[in-house]
Amino acid sequence: MNRLRTVAALLCTAMLVGCAPSTEVIMESEQSAVQLRSYQQRAFDTADKTQTLRSVISTLQDLSFVVDKADLELGTVSATKLSGYQVRMTVTARPRGTNQMLVRANAQYMDKAVEDPKPYQDFFTALEKSMFLTAHQVD
Amino acid sequence: MTTSSLRRVGIGGRLIGWTAVAALVGCASIPKDALVPTPDSLERRQLQSRRLDGISETNLLAASAGVLQDLGFNIDESETSLGVIVASKDRSAWNAAQITAAVALALFGAYYPVDKTQKIRVSLVTRPALAADGTPRPDSQILRITIQRLVWNLENQLTRIDSIEEPAVYQEFFDRLSKSIFLELQAI
Repeated sequence: MNRLRTVAALLCTAMLVGCAPSTEVIMESEQSAVQLRSYQQRAFDTADKTQTLRSVISTLQDLSFVVDKADLELGTVSATKLSGYQVRMTVTARPRGTNQMLVRANAQYMDKAVEDPKPYQDFFTALEKSMFLTAHQVD
Repeated sequence: MTTSSLRRVGIGGRLIGWTAVAALVGCASIPKDALVPTPDSLERRQLQSRRLDGISETNLLAASAGVLQDLGFNIDESETSLGVIVASKDRSAWNAAQITAAVALALFGAYYPVDKTQKIRVSLVTRPALAADGTPRPDSQILRITIQRLVWNLENQLTRIDSIEEPAVYQEFFDRLSKSIFLELQAI
């Protein structure tokens, strides 16, 4: 009986700690910047920023996203997918050296950052097909 | 075990159950296939895309903005150099079937908050069509639109978030676009 209550109390606490809205989340990041970047970014062998961003937009449309914003100069695209759930993504493209573009994606699912490498791999696999280029892992 | 302690175990058990459900809802992770193209992706792309010949990308975007305005959309964002227009409109979501159901339930003393408003969002994207050798075809563009909507009920709760996939909606848009392109090219 008491044990059940303890378990219930622990679950409640875990929920509060895990998901409670708080100002602490503003600067929160569960993983190090190096870890995040290892799966959120890839390099492509092209210097064409416009074409890279156009491919990003077309990939997002293939994945049922609706674009929210796009900015060529800054090299960013934000989009939202609604399919009974909500996923928001921001993808940036910037030059890396003289003949590569570095593409970085970050996603949030409902009210949580997506910190599982798999969905990002899926995204880059779809983007590779749209760009006809291989996505290189960046150190 | 006494009857009262049995009852308490029941409450404790139920509490754990509900807490677990709440934890799942609050912290659920992204669906596995959220960023994977589905088998019907190609079909959807064909439904949402058209190739339009004899018009520059800029003129096509202007004609498209005209159609969106005809349909009562407001332009939220645009980036001509990437061929992007983002537009939305807020409209009533009242529908007769839901109201009938709500009235029927009210007769039995039950309350059912019917849908009240909806926001419809559109992104319209153009890109130059390519010839077989990979070079852009002159004055030939591919346009794709994707539409989604959010619906709120009388209590201001979000009741639906989904993508619009009805072929008739897209067909209607492209019919209107052809007319708008004609007007744009005639500069009327």
